Amino acid sequence: MSKTLFDKVWDTHVVKKIEGGPDVLFIDRHLIHEVTSPVAFLGLKTRGIKVLYPERTFATADHNTPTINQHLPVADPLSAKQLKALETNSNEYGISYWGLGHQKNGIVHVVGPEYGITQPGATIVCGDSHTSTHGAFGAIAFGIGTSEVEMVLSTQCIMQPKAKSMRINVIGKLGLGVTPKDVALYIISKLTTSGATGYFVEYAGEVFENMSMEGRMTVCNLSIEMGARGGMIAPDETTFNYVKGREFSPKGEAWDKAMAYWLTLKTDADATFDKELTFDGSTIEPMITYGTNPGMGMGISNHIPDAEDVEGGVTTYEKSLKYMGFSEGDSIVGKPVDFVFVGSCTNGRIEDFRAFASLVKGRKKADNVTAWLVPGSHIVEAQIKEEGLLDIFIEAGFTLRQPGCSACLAMNDDKIPAGKYAVSTSNRNFEGRQGPGARTMLASPLVAAAAAVTGVVTDPRTLIHELELV
Amino acid sequence: MAYDNFNILKSTAVPLPIENVDTDQLIPARFLKATERVGFGDNLFRDWRYNADNTPKQDFILNNPVYSGKILVGGKNFGSGSSREHAAWAVYDYGFRCVVSSFFADIFRNNCLNIGVLPVQVSPEFLEKIFTAVFADPRAELEVNLPEQTITLLSTGEQESFEISPYKKGNMTNGFDDIDYLQNIKTEIQEFALHLPL
Repeated sequence: MSKTLFDKVWDTHVVKKIEGGPDVLFIDRHLIHEVTSPVAFLGLKTRGIKVLYPERTFATADHNTPTINQHLPVADPLSAKQLKALETNSNEYGISYWGLGHQKNGIVHVVGPEYGITQPGATIVCGDSHTSTHGAFGAIAFGIGTSEVEMVLSTQCIMQPKAKSMRINVIGKLGLGVTPKDVALYIISKLTTSGATGYFVEYAGEVFENMSMEGRMTVCNLSIEMGARGGMIAPDETTFNYVKGREFSPKGEAWDKAMAYWLTLKTDADATFDKELTFDGSTIEPMITYGTNPGMGMGISNHIPDAEDVEGGVTTYEKSLKYMGFSEGDSIVGKPVDFVFVGSCTNGRIEDFRAFASLVKGRKKADNVTAWLVPGSHIVEAQIKEEGLLDIFIEAGFTLRQPGCSACLAMNDDKIPAGKYAVSTSNRNFEGRQGPGARTMLASPLVAAAAAVTGVVTDPRTLIHELELV
Repeated sequence: MAYDNFNILKSTAVPLPIENVDTDQLIPARFLKATERVGFGDNLFRDWRYNADNTPKQDFILNNPVYSGKILVGGKNFGSGSSREHAAWAVYDYGFRCVVSSFFADIFRNNCLNIGVLPVQVSPEFLEKIFTAVFADPRAELEVNLPEQTITLLSTGEQESFEISPYKKGNMTNGFDDIDYLQNIKTEIQEFALHLPL
């Protein structure tokens, strides 16, 4: 029987099917962080059970860490206690622990791929919805709750029904200044935040085939924002070249064995999906959001739509625009910007900083803008320095912070103040997401750069005439 | 072992006719710093419930003493966003045992089922009927019958059935959880792990 990529990886990992219930799914790799794991460890203790395969779990601290002065003790006692709990739990159960100050520390979805923990055809979970990021490698990867974290620690399995399948094709060529983030925000704006709920998405078509691993990660990362359980892209030469030689990647014979499996990871030509959509990449503009969910996005040259032209209830829509301080029909270009955030598991990789640098080079940060540039990991941080991007940033009036989730969810001190506007390369523009009362406009690193140097929302295409596509 | 069992719940309801209620609203990130599962109910809908100076926002439904009960009724796409189980914990800890909506986000629904909060998905029309009935009379009661998989508006007798897998239904009516199940098939899991491709 013909199978989709998703079928192949899922079916390979089903330990047992329960009649009238979920599948018992074996999990190859489990990533944990400080926020969603402590109660799971507490559960293990209460039940008196051990971690079944500690070598399959990796711990990093990222959500609740400062992005300056990481060598100093964490000032907030609650954060410090939570970070300490991760360290204690990891040590007690024999789990690799990459805490604050560790050279491998960074955002869980950035370091997983960097160290070769993320591999094609694997099942990967983490108590974090953006685990979908790892689907870029042809893995089945998705976020789970803390009860499920406890299940994986204790039995390396979770129990979930198999999702329905959806394929999203994006064909054609992307225009100047249009990045993977724009492709993702475009798709979400078409599907809404619940359009893919219940589905696992495969991204296909030349736009994704031509995309780098970093770009594919950005796209798969945002799958959850249209409600999808996860998203994935069939592994190809780009994938294999990225994975090869990393610390936890298979070596020698193990590599050959893995490749034999990985080369089977394609949707069969005659396989069908429960839903299939096709978009033309050449029509996508640099995108920006204007509301309080990631589905409320539009091409940057557009005006904010009227309530009757959008799906969903008028009350919810009006509440959203009121929160943002925007009105129907407003042009988004020219809106004031107080903060710019570049980072997160969505756009905290080297390509994102290259894109940002390409536009701020030779320009100056606008005086009214506070900019936070936060690399996703120490590897990204080192690359920024090695490639001379840091010099460009400093010359343009920017500074670089230390790795972590930072203002994406504002659990640490990196909070956008109430009422202030941020152009953010992160993944969520929910009310208060970046701090109580903060107003977030999600966009690509190029749109963020254009805002950072002009001080208002600006179409990056008006600032660049020749730009290498990123 | 993880939670109380759930059979028939008869209660008034708290109506929240807003769509796309995300888990950042259910529990903002700054309240996720706990290392134990205690006290999350105090911060349920924190920024919709309280002003910056911690005074209650009078226009928010949870601050209106007229509305109470063990059932929370929300708009379409309830629980979207972050996977934080803390959102479901906050709902439970506040005192809700059931959330009704016309559509749930995947992870939130799963988290609810794993901790003993029953997510009941109804048609958009039935959801509207509930909102109308509860706003007209806050004492209007709903009956959620898990064994029969029905939800009834007691004032009018109008009823709808809802879906739940027989496995999850069994868990909820008995107060079992998935870990109890998985622990019992550990040998099978270990045998399976010997034959994985990676």
